[in-house]
This record gives sequence, structure tokens and C-alpha cells, in this order.
Amino acid sequence: MAALRPVRRRPAPRLTGLLCVLLLVFVPFASASRDVDSESNETWGRPARSTQEDPDHRTNSSDPHPKKSFPVLSFNYEHVRKPFEISLWILLALLMKLGFHIIPRVSNIVPESCLLIVVGLLLGGIIKAVNEKVSLFDSKFFFLYLLPPIILDAGYFLPIRPFTENLGTILVFAVVGTLWNTFFIGGLMYGVCQIEATQLGDVSLLSCLLFGTIISAVDPVAVLAVFEEIHINELLHILVFGESLLNDAVTVVLYHLFKEFSLAGTVTVVDAVLGVVCFFVVSLGGIMFGVVYGILGAFTSRFTSHTRVIEPLFVFLYSYMAYLSAEIFHLSGIMSLIACGVVMRPYVEANISHKSYTTIKYFLKMWSSVSETLIFIFLGVSTVDGPHDWNWTFVIVTVVLCLVSRVLGVIGLTFIINKFRIVKLTKKDQFIVAYGGLRGAIAFSLGFLLTDSKMKRMFLTAIITVIFFTVFVQGMTIRPLVELLAVKKKKESKASINEEIHTQFLDHLLTGIEDICGHYGHHHWKDKLNRFNKTYVKKLLIAGERSTEPQLISFYNKMEMKQAMMLVESGSAAKLPTVVSSVSMQNIQPRGPSSRRAMPSISKSREQEIRKILRGNLQKTRQRLRSYSRHDLMMDPFEDNMSEVRFRKQRVEMERRMSHYLTVPANRQETTPVRKVWFEPGVSRCSRIINYTL
Amino acid sequence: MGALQSAPGHQEYIDLAEKTGFSFEQIGVLHKRFKQLSHNQETLRREHFNEIPDLACNPIRAQIVEAFFDRRNIRQNGGGTVEEIGFEEFLVVMSHFRPPSLHMTNEQRENVRREKLRFLFNMHDTDNDGTITLEEYRHVVEELLSRSGTLEKETAKSIADAAMLEVASISMGHMEPDEFYEGITFEHFDKLLIEFEIESKMNIRFLNMDTTTLCK
Repeated sequence: MAALRPVRRRPAPRLTGLLCVLLLVFVPFASASRDVDSESNETWGRPARSTQEDPDHRTNSSDPHPKKSFPVLSFNYEHVRKPFEISLWILLALLMKLGFHIIPRVSNIVPESCLLIVVGLLLGGIIKAVNEKVSLFDSKFFFLYLLPPIILDAGYFLPIRPFTENLGTILVFAVVGTLWNTFFIGGLMYGVCQIEATQLGDVSLLSCLLFGTIISAVDPVAVLAVFEEIHINELLHILVFGESLLNDAVTVVLYHLFKEFSLAGTVTVVDAVLGVVCFFVVSLGGIMFGVVYGILGAFTSRFTSHTRVIEPLFVFLYSYMAYLSAEIFHLSGIMSLIACGVVMRPYVEANISHKSYTTIKYFLKMWSSVSETLIFIFLGVSTVDGPHDWNWTFVIVTVVLCLVSRVLGVIGLTFIINKFRIVKLTKKDQFIVAYGGLRGAIAFSLGFLLTDSKMKRMFLTAIITVIFFTVFVQGMTIRPLVELLAVKKKKESKASINEEIHTQFLDHLLTGIEDICGHYGHHHWKDKLNRFNKTYVKKLLIAGERSTEPQLISFYNKMEMKQAMMLVESGSAAKLPTVVSSVSMQNIQPRGPSSRRAMPSISKSREQEIRKILRGNLQKTRQRLRSYSRHDLMMDPFEDNMSEVRFRKQRVEMERRMSHYLTVPANRQETTPVRKVWFEPGVSRCSRIINYTL
Repeated sequence: MGALQSAPGHQEYIDLAEKTGFSFEQIGVLHKRFKQLSHNQETLRREHFNEIPDLACNPIRAQIVEAFFDRRNIRQNGGGTVEEIGFEEFLVVMSHFRPPSLHMTNEQRENVRREKLRFLFNMHDTDNDGTITLEEYRHVVEELLSRSGTLEKETAKSIADAAMLEVASISMGHMEPDEFYEGITFEHFDKLLIEFEIESKMNIRFLNMDTTTLCK
């Protein structure tokens, strides 16, 4: 694979490749050396033990114990074995990821998940060749450590507006769609097993249904991994992704249900009814846990103004606790996690500092990225390692049934859903939704949890085949298909104050029209919820004056801050990006005596924040600009004029853009000599403009 | 048949259906609501709108009500407003909020989009001169923020200014310092909200309006 065969021209992949080879070789030896270590430990253990026996002797000091030379260098691997191996795996996974991105050609065609699985396969092969039994895959490890970061990342950054607008559709796909898949696949599979020729007569109906449950759930990890790279429009993304998140409740209920039943043997009507009740308990209970923890987290963040450093930890820990608490009661941990993230986010973001926000964002992305990588690699390793029982009929029928049931399910459900939707789903949309039903590691883990038997092995083989098929075939072909069908891509979201104004305007307009029509619709209830949120909840959960800040203003402030930071960051880089337009406030202000405006009164604390950022960064900028113009231009002392001119130009540009963003007329008449700026760090035009704007 | 005699002129309904695109059931329900609002009179006036309790806490209530009486929205010639509207005009205004049907060509969708956009534009352009000036836009933002407790006029002003700046940058590109941007014309408005997908957003569900749940 790419990582093992270093590429000809570039040194970096070769280095990475070498490192990978080294690591690949080291890992099996690390595990193989377990036996060696236990021996070596004994040899070192003996002197330790013997010295332990000797304390009384030592006090006597006349010790006839033969004196061994003091061990200058010793080897004790057992001591650090577990953390060492874990770190080694994670490091290896990340190096693989690094390697793929250095080689652009491959990563354009093949999605990352496929490459990672292949790497896992190779690793598994190597480990097997070394004849070492490494039972890495632990379902508990997967569900408790690998899955939560990915789900939290997804839930925390879930785009709320499209999610709630399409909630009905998503729920129908998740619940009804999964049920349909389960019973279709399970039922037909049982029918196939009954056929004499297949010799699968011993697979009972309940086992088939259990298998159907495991295999029918769309997997959020796989969906994320593939859809992230193809950038389709928001609606389709949220449909498939939302479905993969919300079908967890159905999967959990059905899985436990069929597992219990296959032990009991028979199903009664009471059991079926209890199953339905259980579904509601599992999903609503999970959500309730999430909401409770979310509110707790939001409330805690209200008081963290003096301990900013630990703010991100609260977010992570409360969410993880929500997940674990839900798992205690066998409720849907995924829904709990999503609910917690969604509930917590608006309030926490209003309370925490900007740095904490960035920390949370990057930590979540980092953890979910590592988890995803590890999951796919482990999937590959377990494929080679796992107990297999290949049965042609079973496997092929499974793959075919999965595809057929997915397509039929989507078409049928869309037909019903379109009656209730305002914006109907077109054929193209349906195709993408059907094609995006990828299976992944959750199915594998659930299968792994089954009690060991010949059937389990057969099931596992089929599950792995389906996963491979969906991830490889569907994952690789979805991008060219999206291009071919000209599916709408994700529009580049530039935060626009106009769009925000009109979104709010439209909300109020539609609510008003609904009231005039006399119809308590969608918008009416959303408006009521917003008002409730504003009057009670925000006051409780948000600290200080931010609790009464209307959404438009907070959006505007956020945008200004972002642009100010972007400005200073770009100003300190080597090249200034070209100005988009030369329009400034002068062009818009009505002509007349109003040349001196009253200053906009942003709140004091905001002012301080913006001012601090701008001033701090501008000083850095000034220094950097100076060094840039000195070193980069490599000029003689008497060519100072050139750099000065360039410097002045850059200053003017920066100022103009600043005034563009901070809505204050640029005072371009004042082109005082720039040299003054260099030698008088205290006074500068820029800081003066800050004083004007704020 | 008794039903025909109680229904006010089925022929009228057919005309209205053709003009606005609503179905007969929808027209029936809306007519019921119209009669409820107007206390069984023939025309609606502004006072009738002001009686709707739910509408009272809407920040842009005044503009919504005005939109019903705006001559441009009820497809009458000339500018300005009327004092009272009949059922037909009521329906015409409501028809701006109908969703585009599934089997529409791209051109038809584009027309629907422009129509909805035109409605929004008319709501902002209160003096009917074809452009949204800075003052009018400021007014829009102020109204949006008017119900949020503290009347932060200055912040509203700066938001509106920033928004106007954005429109100007997008539409005009480069301007000399002494040029003046008159206001947002309809074309600029279109260009501004081109990514907004207004034909998917500006819709009311007229499908299943149950008359028993009509609020007072």
C-alpha cells in the first residue's frame, strides 16, 4: 500500500513510509514480546524479591548476600505495556492518516475510510503472520471509548435549523425505515434459509430477525466519513446523517428484544406490546438524560468566568456522563449524547470565552478524528483476525437484500413523506439518500457481542462483507455519481448579516401570516418556544448581560469579532489578500452634515475584548511587518524607501479594510509619515482608529 | 343540492382558484377565516387585523398588516395603499406564500422565486420609489429589534449600516469615494439573496387547515 512503498520523488512520504514500516514491525514484536517479558521480569523480579526479603538482614548490615553489580541499564516493559501499546496504535493510525494526505492522487479517488481499512487488513495480516493472537477488538472498548467522541462532535455541531425543519422526515426514515429494513431482511433471510438447498435450516426466525436488526442500521461513523468528503447540499446531508443518529434507539430496542426472545424461544403479543413501549422509553429516556445533563452543563458554565481554563472540560465531562448514564439503563446513549450537546451549546457558547470555544471545537474534532481512524483500522485488523465462516448463499443474499430493502424503503417512505412536506424530495434526492445508507463499525460491534457459535461466525462474515461492500463500493462511487447527477453541492456559507436579518424577518413574517390565517402551524409553535426560551431559560442559564441580548445583535457581534480577527491574522501573514471591493461607509452615508456619527454602543466588556484583541495583534503585526519588509525584501539600507512605500500601502489597505468592517469612515487624508509608527510604538494610526470605532 | 346554495358562488371560486392557484378546499377555509376576521362584512380593514391577539407580540406586525393593503401586492396599479380589501385581494396576498409544486419547470420556479422576493422587497420599500434606502433598512432592523426589551438604537443602526455596506460591496464592487450608493434596487436585492432559496423557505402549509382549530 502507499504507506509501505515509499513514493519515488518526495522525501516526506519516504520518511513516513520508513517510520510506518518500523512501527509496523515493532507492534507485533511488542505483543510477541509479552512472553519474553514475563521471563525477563522474573529474572529481575528475583533480585527485587530477594532484596525485599532482606530488610531485616539489611538492618543487621552484616549481610552475607552475594553482592550483584548495580544495574545501570534495565529493561522493564511490563511496567508500561498497556499505555505503550495504546499510544503506539494511536500514533500509527495518525501517521497513516498523515501519509494519505501527503499523496493527493490517491486520496482524491479513494475515501479515507477505505484506505484505513486496507491498512488495518495489512496490519492484521502481519500480526497473523507473526502468529500472534491479538484480540484487539473489544466491543466494550468500542462503545465506551471510541464511539462517544464521534457522536459528541456530531451532536455539538449539529446544524439545528435544517435538523428541526426536517425532523419529521428524519424520524420517519430512522424509525419506520429501520423497522422495514429489519423485518424485510430478517423475514426474507428466514425464507431463504428454509430452502433445502442452502443447508441453513437451523437458523431460526428470531436469529434471522436479530441479524436483520444488526445489519439494517445506517452507521453514523461511515456516513460521516464518506459524506464529509463529497460536500453535498445541507438537506441531503442532514437527512442521511440525522437518520443514522436517530435510528440508534430503534436498533437498541430491537437488538435487546430479539436477543431476549431468542433465548426465551417464543414471542407473545404482550412481548410485542412491551417492545413498543420499550422503544418509547429508550428514546425518550435517552433524550431526557441528555437534556438534564445539558442544562446542568449550561448552568455550570454560567459561573466559570473566573476559571476559564477548565471550561472545555465541563462540556466534555457532562456529555460523557450523559452517555454513560443512559447506557446504565440500556437507554439510547447516542440520543442522550446528541440531546446533551444540542441543549448545552447555545447557552455554553454565550458564556464561555473565545479561547475555550476554540479549544472545545478543536478537541472535539481531534478526538473524533482519532476515533474514526482507529475504528476503521481495527475493523480491518479484526477482519483478518476474527473467526469466520464463509457461506456463499448467506453472504450474497445478505448483500442483495440490504440493497433492495434500502431502495424500496426509501422510495416507499418518500412517497408518503412527500405528501406532508412543503419542499418535496426529488428522485435525485431519493437516490442519494438510498445510496448513502452505509453500514459500519456499529453493526460489527453488535455482531461481535453475540454469544459465540457457528451462527455468530457466519453472521460476522456476512456483516463484514456488507460493511466492506458499502464502504468500498458505495463510498468510492458516490463522489462520481454526485458529479454525474449534478446534485446540488453545499453552498459556501459566508456569514452574511443580510441573510441573518432576512432569516429572522422571514420567521416573524411567516409566524404573522400563520396567525392571520388562524392556523397554529410550525412557525407558531417555534415562535412560542423562542419566546419561552428568551424570557425564562436564557435568564437562568446565561451569565450577565448576555442573557438579554437579542439574537441578531449577538450574531452581529460574533461576525464583527471574527472579521476583526481574520483581518489582523491576514495582516500579519506575508501576503494581504486582495480587497473585495472598495466600497466603504462614505459611499453609503447620506450626504450632509452627519460626518460625525454617534458611536455605536456595544457593551463595555465586548468593547474591551475587541480592543484587546486588535491592539495586541496589531502590535505583533507591526513588528512582523517590520521584520517582513526587512528580511524578505533583502535590500540595502538606501532602498529603505521602497519598503517604506510598501509598508505604507499595506497599512492603508489594512486600515481601509478595518474601517470597512468596523463601519467607520476611513480618514484617508491623514497620510502621516510611516516612520513615526516604527519609533513610537505607543501612538499609531491604527490604535487611534480603534479609539474611534469603539 | 344544499351545499351549493350555502357556498358563495362556486363560479367565483373557480375564478379565484385560477387566479391564485389555491384549491377549492383551501379557498373555502380561507373564506371562513376572512369572514371571521371581518365579522361577516365584505371587506377587511386595518382594525380587524389589529384585533388578532397572537399578532400583537410580533415585532414586525405593522409591516405585515401594511403589506396586505399595499397596492403593489394586491396587483393593483399605482402606488400607495388602500383602506380596505376584499376577499379576492386577501387571497392574492396569501398566494405569495404558496409553495412551488413539485412538477414545475426551472423557469416557473424562478418566477415563483421572484414573486416572493418582490413581496419582501415591497415590505421594505415603504415609500415605493423602487429602492430600499439606508433609512428604510435601518427602520427594518429597528423593528426587528423592537421587541427585545432594550431599545438599542445605536446597535440597530450599525447593524443596518454593516448590512448596507455588504449589499453595496456585492452589487457594486468598486466605488469611488465620492460616489453615492442610492439604495438597494430589486436587482441588487435579488443578487443579495440568491443563495437564500426563498422559494423553499417562504411558504405556509395551507394543506390541512382545520377550521375547528382556528384561533380567535
